[in-house]
Amino acid sequence: MKTRREMLQHGAAVATLLMGAGLLPATARAQATGYKAAAFETKSMAELMKALGAGAPTESKDVTITGPDIAENGAVVPLGAATTLAGVKSLLILVEKNPSIMTSMFELTDAVEAAVNTRVKMGQSSNVYAVAMMNDGRVLYAQKEVKVTLGGCGG
Amino acid sequence: MADPMKIRAQMAGDKATVRVLMAHEMETGQRKDSAGKAIPAWYIQTVSAKHNDKPVMSAQWGPAVAKNPFLQFNLKGAKAGDKVSITWVDNKGDTRTDEAVVS
Repeated sequence: MKTRREMLQHGAAVATLLMGAGLLPATARAQATGYKAAAFETKSMAELMKALGAGAPTESKDVTITGPDIAENGAVVPLGAATTLAGVKSLLILVEKNPSIMTSMFELTDAVEAAVNTRVKMGQSSNVYAVAMMNDGRVLYAQKEVKVTLGGCGG
Repeated sequence: MADPMKIRAQMAGDKATVRVLMAHEMETGQRKDSAGKAIPAWYIQTVSAKHNDKPVMSAQWGPAVAKNPFLQFNLKGAKAGDKVSITWVDNKGDTRTDEAVVS
C-alpha cells in the first residue's frame, strides 16, 4: 500500500494525461459543456471555490444533504443534495477526505427541482457537503458526517 | 460496455421523478491491478438530461461517483407520455443516449 501522498500524486498525473488525451474529442462535440477538470482536482472547499470562480461559502439551513450516518460500503454511498430556495444555478456534492473533494456538479434549469440524488465512493469516514451555487452569486452549503466502515478506494 | 441505461420516469403529483441507472465501470485511476500497475481512469464526465428534446439539466462527474452510477431528479411540468432522454460522455469520448417515456 502506497502512502496517501504518493497515491494522490500518481492519481493527479494519470488524470492529467488522460485529460489531455480524452478531453479533446469530447469538447469537439457540440453538446459538450466545458468539463471543469481543474475543479475536480481540488482538495479543499476553498480551492474548489477558487477553481469555480465563486465566493466564500456560508452554511445555510435552506440547503440539505441527505445520506446515511454510517455507510457499510464506501464504494456505494447514496448522497443527495437539495435546497428549497429559488434561483439555484448548480448543486455540488462534496466529500471532504476523498482524493478530490468534488464528486459531482449538477447544473440545473427551471424545469427541474433543486434536488438530486446519486451514489458516490468514499475512501474513509468524512464530512460530506451539499453546496448550492445561486444565480445571485451566493454559495450556500450544508454538511453532514458519514462514517465509512469499509473504504471504496482500495484495490 | 455501453450497456443500455435503465431509466424510469414516474409521475408524482405535478412532477415526474426520473431515476437513471447507468452501466459504467467508473474506474478512478487510483487502483492497482494484481501486477501493481495502475488501472487507467475511466469514468463518466458529463451527463445531460432532456425533456421532450429541451435540455433541462446537465451534470459533471468526477471519478468519485460510484460504479454503475445512479441519478435521481424531479422534472417539473411533465406529463404522462413525455419523453425523457439521458446522454452520458465518458473520459474516453464514448457516449450513449437512452430514452424513456414518463408514466
